[in-house]
Amino acid sequence: MDRGQLIETMQEILGPEGVIHEREQLRTYECDGLMNYRVIPDLVVLPESAEQVQQIVQTCYDEGIPFVARGSGTGLSGGALPVESGVLIVLTRMRRILEVDIPNGRVVVEPGVINIWVSQEVADEGYYYAPDPASQIVSSIGGNLAENSGGVHCLKYGFTTNHVMGAEVVLADGSVVHIGGGKAPDAPGYELLGAFVGSEGTLGIATKITLRILRKPEAVRTLLAAFKDTEEAGGAVSGIIGGGIVPAAIEMMDALTIEAVEKQVSPGFPEAGAILIVELDGPEAEVANQFDQVIKVCEENDASEIRIAEDDEERALFWKGRKAAFGAMGSISNDYYVQDGVVPRTELGAVLKKIADLSEEYDLRVANVFHAGDGNLHPLVLYDNDTPGEADKAEELAGEIVFACLEHGGSLTGEHGIGRDKMKYMPQMFTADDMDVMQLLRCAFDPHRICNPGKIFPTPRLCGERPGPFHMHPVQKAGLAENF
Amino acid sequence: MTERRNPEGTTGEEAMAGAIGAGSPEDIGQSTHAASDSIQQTVGAARPESGSYMFPAFDAHHPPDKDLIDDCVHCGFCLPTCPTYVLFGEEMDSPRGRIYLMNKGLTEEPMNDEMVRHWDLCLGCMACVTACPSGVQYDKLIESTRQQVERRYERRADDKVFREMIFQFFPYPNRLRAVAAPMRLYQRFGIGDKLRRAGIMQRIPARMRAMEALLPDLPKEEKIPDLTGPLGEMRRRVGVLTGCVQRVFFSPVNAATVRVLAAEGCEVVAPKQGCCGALSTHAGREEESLDFARKTIETFDDLNLDNVIVNAAGCGSTMKEYGYLLRDDPEYAERAKAFSAKVRDVSEFLQELGPVAERNPLPVTAAYHDACHLAHAQGIRRQPRQTLKQIPGMDVKEIREAEICCGSAGIYNMIEPEPAAELGERKANNILKTGAQIIVTSNPGCMLQIQSSLKKMGRDGLPMAHPVEVLDASLRGDPVETLLDK
Repeated sequence: MDRGQLIETMQEILGPEGVIHEREQLRTYECDGLMNYRVIPDLVVLPESAEQVQQIVQTCYDEGIPFVARGSGTGLSGGALPVESGVLIVLTRMRRILEVDIPNGRVVVEPGVINIWVSQEVADEGYYYAPDPASQIVSSIGGNLAENSGGVHCLKYGFTTNHVMGAEVVLADGSVVHIGGGKAPDAPGYELLGAFVGSEGTLGIATKITLRILRKPEAVRTLLAAFKDTEEAGGAVSGIIGGGIVPAAIEMMDALTIEAVEKQVSPGFPEAGAILIVELDGPEAEVANQFDQVIKVCEENDASEIRIAEDDEERALFWKGRKAAFGAMGSISNDYYVQDGVVPRTELGAVLKKIADLSEEYDLRVANVFHAGDGNLHPLVLYDNDTPGEADKAEELAGEIVFACLEHGGSLTGEHGIGRDKMKYMPQMFTADDMDVMQLLRCAFDPHRICNPGKIFPTPRLCGERPGPFHMHPVQKAGLAENF
Repeated sequence: MTERRNPEGTTGEEAMAGAIGAGSPEDIGQSTHAASDSIQQTVGAARPESGSYMFPAFDAHHPPDKDLIDDCVHCGFCLPTCPTYVLFGEEMDSPRGRIYLMNKGLTEEPMNDEMVRHWDLCLGCMACVTACPSGVQYDKLIESTRQQVERRYERRADDKVFREMIFQFFPYPNRLRAVAAPMRLYQRFGIGDKLRRAGIMQRIPARMRAMEALLPDLPKEEKIPDLTGPLGEMRRRVGVLTGCVQRVFFSPVNAATVRVLAAEGCEVVAPKQGCCGALSTHAGREEESLDFARKTIETFDDLNLDNVIVNAAGCGSTMKEYGYLLRDDPEYAERAKAFSAKVRDVSEFLQELGPVAERNPLPVTAAYHDACHLAHAQGIRRQPRQTLKQIPGMDVKEIREAEICCGSAGIYNMIEPEPAAELGERKANNILKTGAQIIVTSNPGCMLQIQSSLKKMGRDGLPMAHPVEVLDASLRGDPVETLLDK
């Protein structure tokens, strides 16, 4: 099937307004939230129903055409980077909330539904959807599922995987399966949902997702504490968690981040070397008691200022400052590279020190904003793409930061995923055996490797290939392709 | 064509209605609609195409600024507030996508039908400017892009004629008035309704139909004096912009503005004046807009004014921009900057000044609609609400999806009637859900758009007013019925 025929077939499925094939239009889809990698897709299709997704995937399978699913396109690891001569399946027109089932604590949505719509939908009933990535006003549930998104409250409430009850999935061969439970909270058999959530679009496309919603906590209290530096702030984090408190969130921002945020959204943060935002939620009495403990720990760690949010408006202002942090970097730097590593909480101080040293060595600024409670770092390497060589330098520095995380017993990514961006680091963290096992799982779902190929795994092993030493693929050997 | 789902009546939409509270500008992205009916205007076949092709896309005279483009880090936070993204759900019709296309135009791609189509579809509402965490100045980017398009792109003949016609009428109150007279007769005899019933209206092109549907009831024009003295001690001497559309279609708003300002201690000058150039500026007609700007500065400059007061959001935002627009003009650059610094929206000015006149109660529930060029372009949200809330008995309701444009957007509802109509209906529905007795908003374009949307839905009984009209009624001690029976 040539491109013209493919366009025709897709137009038969979707109508002319569901198929994008003009070059300029396609170019707007050549990258997601990570602009470092760009590939112009052959076609972009915009299905409006699960049936259409099934027909699209079936066509791709029959014709051996690779495809990539994309939601709002806000991912930061290039997970939705199109594949050359492939189809990009954009799910932004599948944005209906299909069912709200308050008594069973569940909401059924299409993949294009924006994260925050779910909470807005059930707010009046006193419920909310817990995972709240900083991008929650724009990122889609389908994308959250693919990346197993966390958010500022994942320390206490867990990641997306803890809040998905089931999903209808179109597999790479066009078959439609249901994984996970129905209305009942658990289903016997293999926990396939656990494999699917966080698979970065390599195991299939979710077309219907059942989410768990939670009752809003009785009380929420938030404070902001300013410290001389990240080390003192880190001391407070250890003190709080060591004291047996599990806050709903503990977020840290360093001086550079504060500067950018202040410049952009002016939340009125104090001038400081580091700021902590600590939020407690739960029953009124418990929160009140623990809140006093948190204040005490901050004081013991020489907090220069402690601000307690007096009302929802002030709390929203604290969070607005935090959630705008990534975007606000644009105001102090032309380009930036977001890193997303995880370290054991006890190693935070050492790794931050290492990052500061690396920043000096590479002569590039690094802003730190992170989920301090669970050691999920988001160092932002600032650079200027127009300065020759600086982008490469930034990427190298970002890599060094990842290695530092690994050296201290950490992980490559907390929540942004491996995608295209970090697959080259996978062998640093996993052995060849580990990777082979992952490949086998993947092959069980997608034997022909047409579902988001070229992501997560650095080496282009073909399914069916016996696990073993790496062999360069003939196409690659011939110099016809670098990655595929 | 695939069958379109009806966005109404889905369980999600209904439940959403109850679940979402007042929409503040931060509360972005609350749509559950499936793709829009007007989508074929963008990806599909029903687009005006000229086959024009320009390489490079931009010439050297103010191309979209590369530095401003680089501020965009592609995070996507603008997507849920962009009206066309809300309707179509596609990247090219989002701010991020349009900026991406500008960048491609700067670096490697020609300007052709596709690119122009997506820039044309932008309403210029600037909700993305509010939403952007990186401070991208999309307003400046789209303005310079539109100037390039108008200068370099060869539009299809009928498209060109239609646009030209708009600009031969709307910026000229006398011409508008000249066509308004037959329009009065047209309305009085219900010609439009008769044509509609006879099915003739359906045969007229969509754009002309859209224009006809926008015609408001024409009140008798209320003249305002050249000079009005302050009541009590003089606090400020101000000039007022009487506007073009405002003067012809909403002259009572101007009269109320003058009375309110006088009541608050202002000497009010209303010089003979022309168009401020807002419509031309927003459409990329550079020379024309600069001429209007220079003339407006001339009109007000020698009058020894503390401030120039504007009661139309679109006009005010452009006049505050004169300094930037005339930056290349050595003769006017400084004057324009000084002039812009004096420009105030009337609600902004009243709050700055502080109330002195006594407010009489008006027991009424009002829905306040944020005009994009007030909320997003000028950052004025609190002041008009405050102005209303200072009136005893006023209950001010927030409208869900407040940050999403009503579809008026200058000349947009005339040149892009389909998406504009969808946005209008969406806005009207959200307004109706507030249960308010009256709609209050600060821009004549929004008034026309919302009025015609409500009319199409058979709900044209809902009265509308500008905040100063409400305040005027309160200051004069008018009973609430004078507002509601308007």
